[in-house]
Amino acid sequence: MKFSENWLRSWINPELPSHELAHALTMAGLEVEALESVAPAFKNVVVAEVLEVIKHPNADRLNVCQVNVGEAAPLSIVCGAPNVAVGMKVPCARIGAILPGDFVIKQAKVRNVDSFGMLCSAKELGLAEESQGLWLLPENAPVGEGLREYLELDDMLFTLKLTPNRSDCLSMAGVAREVAAIAGGTLNALQVDSVQSSLTETLVVNIDAPEACRLYCGRIVRGVNSSAATPSWMMHRLERGGLRSINAVVDITNYVMLELGQPLHAFDLGKLTGGITVRYARADEELVLLNGQKVMLQDDILVVADDTQLLALAGIMGGAASGVETATRDVFLESAFFVPDAIVGKARRLAISTDSSYRFERGVDFAATRMALERATQLLLEICGGQAGVVSEVRGELPARDAIMLRTSRVKRMLGIMLDTAQITALLQRLQFKFEQQGDDFYVTPPSYRFDLSLEVDLIEEIARIVGYDNIPAQPPQTAVMMVPQTETQRSVSCLRQILVARDYQETISYAFLDAAVERDLCANTTPITLKNPISSQLAVMRSSLLGGLIGALRINFVRKQSRVRLFEAGVCFTGENHAQRERFAGLCYGPQLPEQWGAAARSVDFYDVKADVEALFAPVLLTFVASPHPASHPGRSAQILLHGQVVGWIGELHPKWLQQYEISQGVVWFEVELDALISANVPHASEISKFPPVRRDLAVVVDESVTVQSLLDAMLGSNTSYVAEIALFDLYRGKGVGDGKKSLAFRVLLQDTQKTLIDSEIEQSIARLAAVLQQHGAQLRI
Amino acid sequence: MQELEKILDEALKQFAAIEQAAELEQVKARYLGKEGRLTVLLKGLGKLSAEERPAAGVRINQVKQGIESALQQRREALQYSQLQLKLKAEALDVTLPGRGLGCGGLHPVTRTLERIEGLFHSLGFTVASGPEIESDFYNFTALNIPENHPARAMHDTFYVDQKHVLRTHTSPVQIRYMENNAPPLKIIAPGRVYRCDSDVTHSPMFHQVEGLWIDEDVNFSMLKGVLSNFMQCFFERDDLQVRFRSSFFPFTEPSAEMDIQCVQCNGKGCRVCSHTGWLEVLGSGMVHPNVLKHVNIDSEKYLGFAFGLGVERLAMLRYSVADLRLFYEGDLQFLKQFN
Repeated sequence: MKFSENWLRSWINPELPSHELAHALTMAGLEVEALESVAPAFKNVVVAEVLEVIKHPNADRLNVCQVNVGEAAPLSIVCGAPNVAVGMKVPCARIGAILPGDFVIKQAKVRNVDSFGMLCSAKELGLAEESQGLWLLPENAPVGEGLREYLELDDMLFTLKLTPNRSDCLSMAGVAREVAAIAGGTLNALQVDSVQSSLTETLVVNIDAPEACRLYCGRIVRGVNSSAATPSWMMHRLERGGLRSINAVVDITNYVMLELGQPLHAFDLGKLTGGITVRYARADEELVLLNGQKVMLQDDILVVADDTQLLALAGIMGGAASGVETATRDVFLESAFFVPDAIVGKARRLAISTDSSYRFERGVDFAATRMALERATQLLLEICGGQAGVVSEVRGELPARDAIMLRTSRVKRMLGIMLDTAQITALLQRLQFKFEQQGDDFYVTPPSYRFDLSLEVDLIEEIARIVGYDNIPAQPPQTAVMMVPQTETQRSVSCLRQILVARDYQETISYAFLDAAVERDLCANTTPITLKNPISSQLAVMRSSLLGGLIGALRINFVRKQSRVRLFEAGVCFTGENHAQRERFAGLCYGPQLPEQWGAAARSVDFYDVKADVEALFAPVLLTFVASPHPASHPGRSAQILLHGQVVGWIGELHPKWLQQYEISQGVVWFEVELDALISANVPHASEISKFPPVRRDLAVVVDESVTVQSLLDAMLGSNTSYVAEIALFDLYRGKGVGDGKKSLAFRVLLQDTQKTLIDSEIEQSIARLAAVLQQHGAQLRI
Repeated sequence: MQELEKILDEALKQFAAIEQAAELEQVKARYLGKEGRLTVLLKGLGKLSAEERPAAGVRINQVKQGIESALQQRREALQYSQLQLKLKAEALDVTLPGRGLGCGGLHPVTRTLERIEGLFHSLGFTVASGPEIESDFYNFTALNIPENHPARAMHDTFYVDQKHVLRTHTSPVQIRYMENNAPPLKIIAPGRVYRCDSDVTHSPMFHQVEGLWIDEDVNFSMLKGVLSNFMQCFFERDDLQVRFRSSFFPFTEPSAEMDIQCVQCNGKGCRVCSHTGWLEVLGSGMVHPNVLKHVNIDSEKYLGFAFGLGVERLAMLRYSVADLRLFYEGDLQFLKQFN
């Protein structure tokens, strides 16, 4: 909602200067998005008429003009504008004028000819970005009048960012009413008298959709001059309200909309056949709109029709065929009330947005519908002449405005401030609400222009607004203090993040949507959850894994010449028809395991480095890893991560084909685990510790490459050999002395008893048993 | 007896000249060994008369003690200087960089979220969460935004299908939480939200923290108190000016936009605050009775306030980040600044 401050001040003129008024509106919920001058500062510029244009004796492109500035003698002004012509009205900066940019006009000699001023373009006056030649003013511009006065340029432009509940402020009348409530002052409300009709002629109006069109007023006006000039005051208000001048009739309907908030429509009477019907469209009916757009309608769209054709989308836009043109002599003016539910969403569905639909879908004051028609008729007769017919009015059931109870006690309880009934009375009066008081309660009848007042709380908000949010103190809460429970069987995501941060991972956050190709490649997901209206095809499907985002981030860093990248992300992944949403934790490493440094040989990160990170995330709980192919990974370097036998994630080296596809030069190791699996933790339960030191024995074996370490560990631990406290691999060797296709493994075995020092025979017995188990699994003991 | 003096003198001189511990022990034998000169003298005591013997014995022992003490001193001196040599040789260049892994860091949004969570936790708020693909019902309808309501146009919604959207705000968590928990309630719901909008100042995905406090004695004045307190704590500025403006959200009433004094220019007006001196940071209000009705909470008995704040906005202000898009690029040069 844009409007001219001067126009507002003709309705109500509070003592606040412009910026304070803007602040008051903003604080009360009518946010002033912009407050700007209509024109930059300049002075001593008047309307002038060019009387004579003679070629400059010394310059081809210059003219010497005689210019009437409303004084007895014309001024002689040298002008270089190509469009200068006798008879034209133009702005003239007189000697002493100051133009934008502090440009002072002085008497000057231009190639030996005296010049007593300057004829101006709109650009030179700061009123246009670009101009071609002099600014041609209307023919009826009064010669000698100051341009600022003539064009009412000493004005400010207010732009309100209205919230959807405040349709009542989509008009000058509404804003003025609101200013009166907020800032006080006397409202000069517009008095509209009924126009005396001089024609008895009417159109028959049928309302076939009475639940949607609750009030319809229309009248014929004959003999109008549609090519009459729109008065300049009206043009200024329209322009400053963001509307373009079209023709006098349309301008008048638009003006009344800005003034009173009621959208109006004028039909060319000569193009109508028979009466007016308001009804729902039949499926597949078509209409070419005023803007040339052809729309195909559905049967829930309200239309205005005559006996043979569709005339308009009710409350949205008129049709081209019945529109008013400059040749139009007879019109049918329409002012109607369509309920918001009938209009809402329809314009958007048809991809149209009009000032009319914007207002109707939010609510238009049905008490002003008839008045708006009278006002428009009055202006039409004044400006375009003609004779008005009687008003046809079809009135259905208008929206109810039931009284709402407002309790003084509730106001206090909700706002936390004490207001007595006298104060509430005064506030309701400022809002011009009708009400009755019964004891401490009020019964308030909402005005017809408010569509957002139906509950007590709606009124409490009004009270709070007018009191001013600034005047409600900020109080610290005073409630019973209770501790917040802390669950020790769950680890926080925050603590998990810290584990990876301590291991030199940097957290990243990626978009949750990505390219379908990434999902297909990295997750073999050909049926991702797809957005109906993505921003772009690269952001079209929901991720089923965090890996795609991590690789995206890696690529950015790779392109920016980072040689070592370690990233992690925690976030939701989405799969399946039921939109399963699971939080995951994933990481990715690229480049050297350690930052380049003096004391450690450079070595690329490998599977086992990242495996240690995963194990650290889960510690103290032990995981198992089972070789298993994953679409993203190298088939021989890929594993499922198992926790208590359940798959909780994946680890692997990125498949060389993806390295190539994503143009990554070195290996990438990644992992992804379910957050649920990471979160759960045990409350520690201490058990007896042994006072007797453990005994260490090492077992070295040679096995085939195909034998996994895990299988040997499982076998040894599964044998339930006495006194075994720990078994761990501490060496792996391949090469000389071991044989092709074989590997040598060395296990450390710790034996311990809580009750006694172990004797040699007990130790030897246990070790022998473990050795036997290893041999059963194809291991050959090395002594 | 003069010989004794000579022996002592010689021994002290010899000890002082010795630089090696082993040599010292060899030289010691010359005086105190089986055939050592003092040993010989002691053995010779027997040849003296009974009258001479005690004095001579005392004298010899005095010399012996002198030698032993000199010997001990020299030993310690040698040990000490040897240790000094060793320590000197072992000295490090302590300025060489430490070895091993470096240290990573949290994303600035996470850092901000944790800060926000910490502050609200200190007031007794617990954390709740909800799905990011949300039903139309929870994202809109239950929040008093019926179909076709113009307020839906305020949200640029990503649709997954006819009934599901990417949640446009964290407010649906309010509903889910209230459905499953009886008042009094005091939660915050941090999380990702999505809007179909992407330019310099809009990201299609961003983070919000929703807050909800339902109790019998919650009021608008408290809302102002809690949120003002939060902003002052978040920016660590006791004198931070805040203001509450009337606004409209379908799920709260009265509704308020909260502005803080621009932290960049202290309210004087700058580019960050579009020369207004104020920054819009948060939307809030008293929970709308229709919302409470949806979740069967008696709005006569209970009142509540709710708020939603933009995490990126606070992160940008707190850490002087100029461009929103940097948060989602994953560029290490940017991210490492917050470690």
